[in-house]
Amino acid sequence: MTSVISRRTLLAAAAAFGMLSVSVAPASAADTIKVGTFLAVTGPASFLGDPELKTLQMYVDKINDSGGVLGKKLELVHYDTAADPNKAVTFVKRLLDQDEVDVLLGGSASGETLAVMPMVEKAEIPYISFAGARKIVDPVQKWTFKTPHTDTMACQKIFEDMKKRGLTKIGMISGTDGFGASMQAECKAEAGKYGVNILVDETYGPKDTDMTAQLTKIKATAGVQAVLNPGFGQGPAIVTKNFKQLGLNVPLYQSHGVASKKFIELAGDAAEGVRLPAAALLVADKLPDSDPQKKVVTAYTAEFGAKYGAEAVSTFGGHAYDGLMLIVDAYKRAGSTDKAKVRDALEATKGYVGTGGVVTFSATDHMGLDLSAFRMLEIRHGDWTLVN
Amino acid sequence: MLGEFLQYLFSGLTSGAIYALVGLGFALIYNASHVINFAQGEFVMLGGMGTVFIAAAGVPLPLAGLLAVLLATVVGFALEKLAVEQTRNASVVTLIIITIGASIFVRGGAQVAFDKQFHTLPSFSGDTPINILGATITPQSLWVLGITVVIVLLLQYFFTRTLLGKAILATSHNPMAARLVGINVNAILLMSFGLSAALGAVAGILITPITSTNYEVGIMLGLKGFCAAILGGLGSGFGAIAGGVILGVAEALGAGYISSEYKDVIAFVIILAALFFMPSGLFGKRGTDRV
Amino acid sequence: MRSVLSSRWAGLLLLAVVIALLPLGLKNNFQFDIAVRIGFNAIVVIGLNLLIGYAGQISLGHAGFLGLAAYFSAITVTRYGWPPLVSLLAAATLVGLLAFIIARPVLRLKGHYLAMATLGLGIIISIVLNQEAGLTGGPDGMAVDPFTIGAFKLVKAREWYWLVGALLWLAVWLSLNLIDSPVGRALRAVHGSEVAAEVVGVDTTRYKVMVFVLSAVFASVVGSLQAHYVSFISPQQAGFFQSVEWVIMVVLGGMASTYGAVIGAVILTALPQVLTALEDYEHMIFGLIMMLVMILLPKGIVPSAGALLRRVSSKAEGGK
Repeated sequence: MTSVISRRTLLAAAAAFGMLSVSVAPASAADTIKVGTFLAVTGPASFLGDPELKTLQMYVDKINDSGGVLGKKLELVHYDTAADPNKAVTFVKRLLDQDEVDVLLGGSASGETLAVMPMVEKAEIPYISFAGARKIVDPVQKWTFKTPHTDTMACQKIFEDMKKRGLTKIGMISGTDGFGASMQAECKAEAGKYGVNILVDETYGPKDTDMTAQLTKIKATAGVQAVLNPGFGQGPAIVTKNFKQLGLNVPLYQSHGVASKKFIELAGDAAEGVRLPAAALLVADKLPDSDPQKKVVTAYTAEFGAKYGAEAVSTFGGHAYDGLMLIVDAYKRAGSTDKAKVRDALEATKGYVGTGGVVTFSATDHMGLDLSAFRMLEIRHGDWTLVN
Repeated sequence: MLGEFLQYLFSGLTSGAIYALVGLGFALIYNASHVINFAQGEFVMLGGMGTVFIAAAGVPLPLAGLLAVLLATVVGFALEKLAVEQTRNASVVTLIIITIGASIFVRGGAQVAFDKQFHTLPSFSGDTPINILGATITPQSLWVLGITVVIVLLLQYFFTRTLLGKAILATSHNPMAARLVGINVNAILLMSFGLSAALGAVAGILITPITSTNYEVGIMLGLKGFCAAILGGLGSGFGAIAGGVILGVAEALGAGYISSEYKDVIAFVIILAALFFMPSGLFGKRGTDRV
Repeated sequence: MRSVLSSRWAGLLLLAVVIALLPLGLKNNFQFDIAVRIGFNAIVVIGLNLLIGYAGQISLGHAGFLGLAAYFSAITVTRYGWPPLVSLLAAATLVGLLAFIIARPVLRLKGHYLAMATLGLGIIISIVLNQEAGLTGGPDGMAVDPFTIGAFKLVKAREWYWLVGALLWLAVWLSLNLIDSPVGRALRAVHGSEVAAEVVGVDTTRYKVMVFVLSAVFASVVGSLQAHYVSFISPQQAGFFQSVEWVIMVVLGGMASTYGAVIGAVILTALPQVLTALEDYEHMIFGLIMMLVMILLPKGIVPSAGALLRRVSSKAEGGK
């Protein structure tokens, strides 16, 4: 595996140098930088795309009000994919060929990101995805970066916590949507490394109305010490309520897919004691002042919350915030809108403090986050609390 | 073992009653107009989302629920008056496409008027589960089941004992003859759409504490309701209820005993098998083609 | 009264001219992409129109056929290195066979029950594609290798345009020929009244099965090609929304009109691209347009427009 990565990286690096020497940057006379974005604003992943778009719109306005980037205004061009990869492909063609954008952000879900990546690489345009799957950055593609943690990391964080509590035999119940299925697969692959045994593995449809049948099966499995629920949307809230209804007396772990106050509101009292890995954004007010992310996440939560309500603040909007700020930072350091230079500047990002963590990109890492970016949270008295 | 079986059954009954209530709305409109109203799921959404947002505006919850039902009913009337009635001579397929257009329109409107977040409502009588022979059921599930039964009985009374109900049935069987005996067919159609919308909205309010709601919940609920209505036999209220319950229980037992990944496939295979042997559904009327 | 034959060729000639001249107006890759997608949809809808408009049988499951073929091509070409054309033909054969097997039991059903059965079959296929992640990549989808014929590799939307344009013309030609053949007359009899058709000795089931299989094969060929064209497939393409969208194209364009099917595909593929400017109101206005078209032109665009033209021209002639 590693040899493949390094060979690809070498190739990518060689190609990058080749590009630099060949392509002469066309002097752009335009006084705007066009930021193209395609998000799942409606459809099954709208709770990702909706806050992402709102965040982008809000901060593009804010940046323009304070003078723009490199003396140019940002212009946001956005399309709604409804989480359909097929639509995403058409919209990205539109962004590239018709709107001729300078940079691409988005893809709320992994499927749509993976679908457009070959086009992005061919078009040679800097691109930051807001989707989770590890496949997006592993192996590293030259022009593609991403802001959220991978589902693999979420699994690792959860298993780490389970190990600490001495929980080694678990049951899983996963959504069959892209997010749930991907994390289910990653967790099953990671479990062994942490000595965790998955005794029972159930699934539910993302729009199902009752999951007691699956949970009853888990309850009837002897020896289950904890339950893990990868999924997003309203599914995990129903799982959590059903979990309490059945009186399952073991710890319940949710994923970073429910990382917004909305989850606590939907699951109500049943959410008490639920643990999940999430970015620092959710516990902005509870971070110690010494925490490097404190300033960024407090500012974002306050600004987004003031405009759209505190319960609408989610880590998903945070991914979009990080994407926009990373690219703005890269423009500033590149001192030019030349795509290749911006990409190189982006790859050279070091120690950017964002809502998702402290990001350091490199030629071999286009996500730039490690496990420390995830915090283990527990829901107590209807609010998040930091564990340990 | 018994406890597990009962738990699967309760799970199936909870989902089944939800499907049944939505299916009943399909049956009502089909009865009067022979149209499958693909906007039925949107009435369910309007009930839930309407209540959430009217309550958020400061209206007491019961009143908010009532207003939401009223809102859905008005939308139902409008759909009949402005769209379906204008195209009375069009083919059934055209009418179905109009209802699909209406469902997209209502969903799009809800996305602007409300929001895209999920919302929930408090349970009617708490969340303490009730224990029966080792299986548990929530009070809200009992509310759904109970109100479903009440609605079925009311509809039964309405269609067999009241003049209006009989007029609807007569229109369903033969609109021309109904018109000849002095029944105002347009008024009957209007009634059915309103009634069906109100029913959908009631279902939406009942299930929101269990499943939560957003502007798109109507899609999946509408689909399941359609399956329930077809499995039971179109136009039969009792059939829609039976269809919904069978569908819900099949899913739950399938998830419990066979495979949760393929529980929906199991449900659809059952529907296909049923249609194979009973091409008009379980309780549908066997029709003959008019030559 | 001109002969049917010449008016048929006039239409085909016009279509050929439109397909040949359209690229002059297309500025970039994206616009070619929309044209290619219109072509793909139109071919499926022409097949579906034969089933819905002529044989009077509805199907809400054709996306399942498209999905099966798309995944069959994707897996055999990308994983096992089959030549794409061989995969396409094999997929079409398999899908045709599948359609043939299920046609008899399914087409016994009528109206909404038939809609339910086809809907169920389509959903079963899409669930299997979603769940068998080891084979299909699951909900995240899978990448597909480009379409090659011999040493020639089809990549650019411009190149695809000509292939899809030619196939579209062929599909229209096939459909018009079928309608004017004895088979077409038998089909129209089935649509009018199945019992009556049977009484006069038409083997209605045979014709219904034939059209069902034909429309499934149309969807299958498009499925294989589209997988290569987009170079990515996901279970959504096999989903029930796609099936419903095609039925809307058939009805909106005008049932029992081959050109109506094409017009329906053009409008419903291009409209969402136009409406993106409306942002939040996009879906509302889309639904509204759908309703208005069906209310004002209940028979669909092409038949209603045709009737209008005839009325105008007969008035003009009367005035002479």
